[in-house]
Amino acid sequence: MSEIKQLEVQILAAIEASDDLAGLEDIRVAALGKKGSVSALMKRFGQLPPEERKRFGQQVNGVKQALNLALGDKKSVLGDKVLAARLASERADVTLPVRTGPMAEGRIHPISQVMDEINEIFADMGFDIAEGPDIEDDFHNFTALNIPAEHPARQEQDTFYFPKRADGSSLVLRTHTSPVQIRTMLSRKPPIRIIAPGRVYRIDSDQTHTPMFHQVEGLVIDEETHMGHLKSVLEEFLKAFFEVDNVQMRFRANHFPFTEPSMEVDVRYKRVGNEVRIGEGDEWMEILGCGMVHPNVLKAVGYDPDQLQGFAFGVGIDRLAMLKYGAPDLREFFAADIRWLKHYGFGVLDVPTLAGGLGS
Amino acid sequence: MKFTLSWLKEHLDTKASLEEICDALTITGLEVEGIDDPAQKFAAFVIGEVLDAQPHPDADKLQVLSVDTGNGSVQVVCGASNARKGLKGVFAPVGTYVSGIDLTLKKAKIRGVESFGMMCSERELELSKEHDGIIDLRTDAKPGTPYAQVVGLDDPTIEIAITPNRPDALGVRGVARDLVAAGLGKLKKDSLIETKGKGDCPIKIKVDNPDQCPVFAGRLITGVKNAPSPDWLQQRLKAVGLRPINALVDMTNYISYDRGRPLHVYDADKLKGHIRARASKVGEEFLALDGETYKVDERMCVIADDSGVLGLGGIMGGIDTGCTAETTSVFIESAWFDPISTAMTGRRLNLMSDARYRFERGVDPSSVEDGLHLATQMVLDLCGGTPSRIEIAGAAPLRRLTIQLEAKKQFKRLTGASLSEKKIEKILEDLGFKVKIKGHGMKVKVPEWRPDVHGPADLVEEVVRIYGVDNIPTTPLVELSGVAKPVLTIRQKRVSRARRLLAGRGFVEVVTYSFIQRTHASLFGGGADSVELDNPISSDMSSMRPGLMPGLLGAIKRNRARGVMDAALFEVGQSYRGDQPDDQYVSACGIRFGQNGMNGSGRHWSGNADSVDLFDVKADCMALLHQLGVDTNRVQVTRDAPDWYHPGRSGVIRLGPKIILGYFGELHPGKLSKMDVSGTASGFELFIDNLPVPKLKGTSHTRPALEITDLQPVKRDFAFLVGVETPAIDVVRAAQSADKKLIDAVNVFDCFEGDALGADKKSLAIEVTLLPFDATLTDKQIDEVASKVIAAVTKATGGEIRS
Repeated sequence: MSEIKQLEVQILAAIEASDDLAGLEDIRVAALGKKGSVSALMKRFGQLPPEERKRFGQQVNGVKQALNLALGDKKSVLGDKVLAARLASERADVTLPVRTGPMAEGRIHPISQVMDEINEIFADMGFDIAEGPDIEDDFHNFTALNIPAEHPARQEQDTFYFPKRADGSSLVLRTHTSPVQIRTMLSRKPPIRIIAPGRVYRIDSDQTHTPMFHQVEGLVIDEETHMGHLKSVLEEFLKAFFEVDNVQMRFRANHFPFTEPSMEVDVRYKRVGNEVRIGEGDEWMEILGCGMVHPNVLKAVGYDPDQLQGFAFGVGIDRLAMLKYGAPDLREFFAADIRWLKHYGFGVLDVPTLAGGLGS
Repeated sequence: MKFTLSWLKEHLDTKASLEEICDALTITGLEVEGIDDPAQKFAAFVIGEVLDAQPHPDADKLQVLSVDTGNGSVQVVCGASNARKGLKGVFAPVGTYVSGIDLTLKKAKIRGVESFGMMCSERELELSKEHDGIIDLRTDAKPGTPYAQVVGLDDPTIEIAITPNRPDALGVRGVARDLVAAGLGKLKKDSLIETKGKGDCPIKIKVDNPDQCPVFAGRLITGVKNAPSPDWLQQRLKAVGLRPINALVDMTNYISYDRGRPLHVYDADKLKGHIRARASKVGEEFLALDGETYKVDERMCVIADDSGVLGLGGIMGGIDTGCTAETTSVFIESAWFDPISTAMTGRRLNLMSDARYRFERGVDPSSVEDGLHLATQMVLDLCGGTPSRIEIAGAAPLRRLTIQLEAKKQFKRLTGASLSEKKIEKILEDLGFKVKIKGHGMKVKVPEWRPDVHGPADLVEEVVRIYGVDNIPTTPLVELSGVAKPVLTIRQKRVSRARRLLAGRGFVEVVTYSFIQRTHASLFGGGADSVELDNPISSDMSSMRPGLMPGLLGAIKRNRARGVMDAALFEVGQSYRGDQPDDQYVSACGIRFGQNGMNGSGRHWSGNADSVDLFDVKADCMALLHQLGVDTNRVQVTRDAPDWYHPGRSGVIRLGPKIILGYFGELHPGKLSKMDVSGTASGFELFIDNLPVPKLKGTSHTRPALEITDLQPVKRDFAFLVGVETPAIDVVRAAQSADKKLIDAVNVFDCFEGDALGADKKSLAIEVTLLPFDATLTDKQIDEVASKVIAAVTKATGGEIRS
């Protein structure tokens, strides 16, 4: 065996025997480093006769290649071993609980959620959203709505009043969202399609009444909208809101000063435990009031009742939330009890959309 | 308004069932609020006749009865001593629920003898407390006859809700008229008999205030014999919740309910001189029939004689001149009182009565004389006597209104449905309108009992009401566009986004009342007289909230009381700087308390949460502004937050010198303790209405082209020693300004104060990121920028670079 071959075999054996990366590096340096045994062979190169040089060079390079190959393989094997040992030592208790972060904690109030649902439905039917102040004057809350000063309705609505002003008049907390009808008609030209959600106030307090609650008003004014349209809009709304294929409505004649004819609408329902199933069963539940806008209201905003007509309706938002989501006590809506809010509230990503579904 | 089925049938000839009648009432606008049908309660109870009574073999006090139930005879063991052969009583068969003993009867063995039912006492039927023996009916009724029928308890009482526009339905006859129109039968002929009377009425009537009492009629009936009313009348009054008093008084109540025509009776012997309706005078008072003394004032309409005030017109009479069992001469009043005046008087005195209820809604003005005739007839029937002629002062304020109606066209226009002129005419005629068809239209004469009908729309309403809205076909609303267009305003979008963003940062949304305690409002810049309710529901809810902070603090206090120590609450909603529409503003307000930071609260193996401070809520604020489209690099933060914030640990976020976007900071401990909130809390308010409205860029959503380079950014750190009061933002802005082209970001990564620095110094360390744009930066370029940064900061702040 040639000296070179012997050296190769020796070093390969050492590589094979090595069992850690540091030892392997030592072997590499001892063989291939500047002063290494294989590098030393090259010093002979100059002393060789020219005809042998080529063969010798090829021989030494062959050794270098073989050693590099073996070193690489061994390095990879030892590296895997080291990594395996490290990974084996790095163990966590994966059962430790983690913080799920703020998105899991936050909640949207049911009233906001239901308002978003209502907006989504009516936007699809071409309604936009109008707003008005909570502190209203007599004209917008009563007079323009065909409720004259001594009308019994003014007493029946249990109005909150502010102190008398110099001119003898008193501002009120709006008793319904209907003043927004007036403000809208005074500031826009027909055709009008709006809903007006918001806070309203009446002197009342028990399990189903609070001195403040939320209503959404609807108003459509143009030259041809009639009661058939009103029925259709309400039906579409109730079907979409309660997410049922069928809603059976019953229209009862009623009286509101600002509409004529006026109706209250009942829906068929069934109670199963604390769940109210709309569209099933054989009981009727009052759900909203509506009617055709009274000619006197149209006149009060300078419209010609012979030219323009339309409908209006009002629904209790809190009541819709109670029915859909099963919250039994209206007072809890405003009590800010975190336990209640966590239970009945909605997550950040529960954004109602028509494409993704309204209810959560 | 209450009435019984048999009472209704005095006016309505119908074959309709109770259920059909109630459904029709509800649909046509006289909503049935309740039905009290005693026949149902007693449905299982029948007349049982005792055929035989033998002593019980094993018990001294019991008897074994054989009872004919109409359905064969059964054996009943009975403990009543009055049980005897031949007695007719009330039998309850096995399976009957007996409410007085709260028991459903079963076949039983009593001391060895089988018993198949029960003979009932009054207590067992809950008729009275009587339990001495079983009911002994002394009736001709055959065994098996329903008990309710025998004792006349088979007349259900119906209660309906009356909307303020329907005074005509405050009488049973008016209710019947609606049912006739709804197709449930025929209206029976009016039983009215006109009695002329003998001789002039010796009591003269004068009306001094025709505005309040335009017409007043009366007559004297002498020689009457007043006594308790007959059973039928007493039963009807009791059924509708009235207490029978005596025939004369009961008669007025009956006609009030039967016809919606209030009357009053005076004991004529107690009257002094003549009767007049007049405005009252200050200082007058009278003792009313309800036993209360009322002081009247000059705005009220009273009925008086020479001795003074007798009663309030249209509301209540007085005790002194009331009819009693001794009355032998009666003066009957039938007048018409102005609705508004009546309502105002009643309200001022807080006095409600059946008469006021009717007059303030509008009594039929044409019924003054008819009412008097009805009353006369009833008095003569019940008490006998001799009537005088009618005395009448003033004239009834008749409207005599005729409306021109294009019936078919208007019905179609309003409902979208078609109805023949004939059907419209029929409905109106049934309701008492007089219709004359003329060419394309009709002339409709409005009956005086319908003061709510003014014009064509009211007539169409009547037709729709009776025709039934359920019969109108639905018509889809015209679609305005194929795909619905967005409708939210920028503010509406921001409100909705603010809610979702804050919930995403761990806040729980609350909705609190718009009115709060005045002392609380005053602590937060509110409490003005103009926004203080005149009639609050309680003193805790009297003042319109100046902002959302006090409501949230109240919420925190209540939650703390329930053991919730850490939480983050927010509200987005309206508050009130004053009472004008422009004073109302919308803000988003959040409070973190305890240890409720973004990443959770309380203790955790990975590290406990810290107590929240102003920087937690400043982060909320800035995140919110960013999400609502405000460039947070452009805002300024100043130290002048309102006094409900900690003076040293709070800030105002401004956009330019005038626009305030919001406040944030730790809440003032003094205010917290005045709000009764323990511990510390940090919060913010952001004024949605003050946020700049982005400039409309047409419909384009195109964003500017992206300019980026693959060159590596370079970061360099600097530490400056500056005055302790130097705002960090000044250092940041100065550094940024050093080379606006190259410097991409400046980040404060350390800030400390310490004795080693000197009491008036602090150290601020910044990391400056340089972003090359066309070639990798050379060391020389980097050094140049670094020198510029140092120069700019030292110049701007007077600080020095730390080496």
